[in-house]
Amino acid sequence: MSGVEGYMYPNEITLYWSVLIVLYPFITGLVAGAFILASLERVFRVEAVKPTYRLALLTALAFLLVAPLPLVLHLGHPFRSPEMYFTPHDTSAMAMFGYVYLWYLMAVLVLEIWLDYRSDIVMLSQSSKGLLRLVYKVMTLGSSNISERSLAIDERVGWIVTLVGIPSAFLLHGYVGFIFGSIKANPWWSSPLIPVVFIFSAMVSGIAGVMLIYMATTKMRGKKIDMRCVDTTAMYLFYIFIIDFSLEMLDLIHRIYEADESFRSLNFMAHTKLFFSQIVLQICLGTLVPLILLFVTQVVKLPEIVRKYMYVLSGCLALIGVFAMRWNVVIGGQLFSKSFLGYTTYKMELVTREGFLAALALALLPLLFLWILVKLLPPWPEKTASVAGD
Amino acid sequence: MSAFKDARHLFRFAGLFVLAFLIFLVVRHYYVPKSFGQYGHYRGASIGEIAQLPVKFAGHQACEDCHTDVVAKKNTGKHAHVNCEACHGALASHANDPSAVKPVLPDTSVLCARCHTASAAKPKGFPQVDPAEHSQGLPCETCHNPHSPAMDAPAAAAGGAK
Amino acid sequence: MNISRRKMLILLPAAAVAWESVLAGTPEASPNYKMSDHWWGMLIDISKCIGCGNCVRACQTENDVPDGHFRTWVERYHVDDLHLENPTVISPDGGKEGFPAVAEDAEKYFFVPKMCNHCADSPCTQVCPVGATFISPDGVVLIDQKYCLGCAYCVQACPYGCRYVHPEKHVADKCTLCYHRITKGLTTACCEACPTGARQLADLKNPNDPIHAFLKTHNVQVLKPQMATGAKAFYNDLDGSVR
Repeated sequence: MSGVEGYMYPNEITLYWSVLIVLYPFITGLVAGAFILASLERVFRVEAVKPTYRLALLTALAFLLVAPLPLVLHLGHPFRSPEMYFTPHDTSAMAMFGYVYLWYLMAVLVLEIWLDYRSDIVMLSQSSKGLLRLVYKVMTLGSSNISERSLAIDERVGWIVTLVGIPSAFLLHGYVGFIFGSIKANPWWSSPLIPVVFIFSAMVSGIAGVMLIYMATTKMRGKKIDMRCVDTTAMYLFYIFIIDFSLEMLDLIHRIYEADESFRSLNFMAHTKLFFSQIVLQICLGTLVPLILLFVTQVVKLPEIVRKYMYVLSGCLALIGVFAMRWNVVIGGQLFSKSFLGYTTYKMELVTREGFLAALALALLPLLFLWILVKLLPPWPEKTASVAGD
Repeated sequence: MSAFKDARHLFRFAGLFVLAFLIFLVVRHYYVPKSFGQYGHYRGASIGEIAQLPVKFAGHQACEDCHTDVVAKKNTGKHAHVNCEACHGALASHANDPSAVKPVLPDTSVLCARCHTASAAKPKGFPQVDPAEHSQGLPCETCHNPHSPAMDAPAAAAGGAK
Repeated sequence: MNISRRKMLILLPAAAVAWESVLAGTPEASPNYKMSDHWWGMLIDISKCIGCGNCVRACQTENDVPDGHFRTWVERYHVDDLHLENPTVISPDGGKEGFPAVAEDAEKYFFVPKMCNHCADSPCTQVCPVGATFISPDGVVLIDQKYCLGCAYCVQACPYGCRYVHPEKHVADKCTLCYHRITKGLTTACCEACPTGARQLADLKNPNDPIHAFLKTHNVQVLKPQMATGAKAFYNDLDGSVR
């Protein structure tokens, strides 16, 4: 029994939820977080972050399109997936995935993007040529009505969609947290805090992600980064991060204090098998360092160039930290025995269906989708002004 | 009404949803197995399918119908409640066609040792010996009839079962 | 064990007929088996288990259990008086070939056969997203392997570690309480093979089943009672150190 220390129930030695299951909540977290950033402008009227509004929506869509792929790749019988739509089991949190995903994709994200971009789409369907023209024509659903009244209706409906989208985003990512949090068999997972921690760390990753994408794409296009936008985004990142950190610390302190039957085993695991991914990556580098950096930018007046570097560094570390958190939850939850007497090892393969390369490809695929979406529906602030009211 | 004219595109979007939903209902009707929901949220027919899986162990009743002499011998000794296939392995194929399928006699040096090798972990009172010392390399059936293992020869070897 | 040829000629057809009636039963088609008449469980007597591993081997044979995976297994506990909360447990290859002998010492050892507990309130059937695993009307938790997606959520949800994903079929798999046997009046493979009667199939709905008398006269526990799973594998003489 290679890789096993102490005693594990014989069937527990193999890990069944691989790095792909780590990737899935990371991706849906980015979706939810990016959407929340977009809703800051649309619903809460934080005008400063408007330059990121359309970009955030497209980012959310790009990641949402990739989200089911790690799940499908993981399944023993991917072609039986339609069963989740046809006979969902009402006592299973996982069963709601199909419907929540479809709702969020079509009734929230696609609808909101469509409504916001509709006048651009109509203009582009008239100005482009060839296959692209056909694509835009289809996207107009045959209606070329971009009168002031129709756009006003779009605006109003879009506002409602965003409003509905906020709890929908929480549901899209919160149910994943509940999938873990409701498993009484696994004390590393079982906690009412897990869905909440997932949601807040999702917001951290989404906001950090969009911030980085905005800064990178603006730089790549040779345009000037709107510092007021980035400063405001970073401020929200900081506050959400504090809440996220507090929740994670609450969970930790509660565990240490109550020290129930699982504590000794889990504590040992956190200090040995998960030392690098949890203590070093998630807590220190992924949370404390970006928090300190962001705190400094909030209280000390720093030159623009310094702030930019600090934001980029915090954003990258935050993303690493959130990924590490997903890793520690999913993989960590399977490394220890439910007998509390032993540990196993996760052997991540390289080229198999659930291996490292597959995970890497799936992690990069959203960026490809984003690139296509950005070409199809340019989100740049300068463009928006020029097509209004024709 | 002019309001509807300006919202026509929204109705078209909603129309797509309705169409998709109708297609979904049709596909679902054909996809979901008929016995689903018969006893609960699962395919009722699977119970019957599982019940039809092949049997490998015949069960001691099937053996006892033919091998009455062995049964009589077993009932006199400590192995009375040890079922036939516990030692002889799965023999449904033999019960099904006794002349075509001939069971292989178990190797007593491995078989008996599994249960009766002395270990502090086993319940006290269970007959246990150290196989090497106990039989000096002789096969167990030299002195013990596996069907009724008590030694009836008066000159029992030292260090026997208890 | 010599059967005379004459005896064989008489007994063979009788045996064939008897065997046919055993094979014929299916729960719905058989007039003999009504699901609503039964509520299955298992009685495991720790004081009788000798750790021979017969049950593990028999189960593997009967159910084509793949190597390295276990529908049932046996654990050996070694409890040291000063460390009651930290037993040493081993299960070499699930106990399939028995256990290494232990030299006589003053410590406490015992064997614990483990299997699916066929929980009445099973957390595994609760989490299945599509309804591929369920408890049958006669109390056996089963898996519909033609419907299972292989998502392994049920494997994560089982507190007892009795489930695994079949390496070739890519669906969840576990002990079926030899459903294909018990519906024909046979006992499970593990009970059939157990030489000491440490494992006994129990039908809780049958008023004549010996389990009722046993439960009245013995102290019996289930594994992890705090999980409130409604486990139906009852253990006699279960030590507090058992995980």
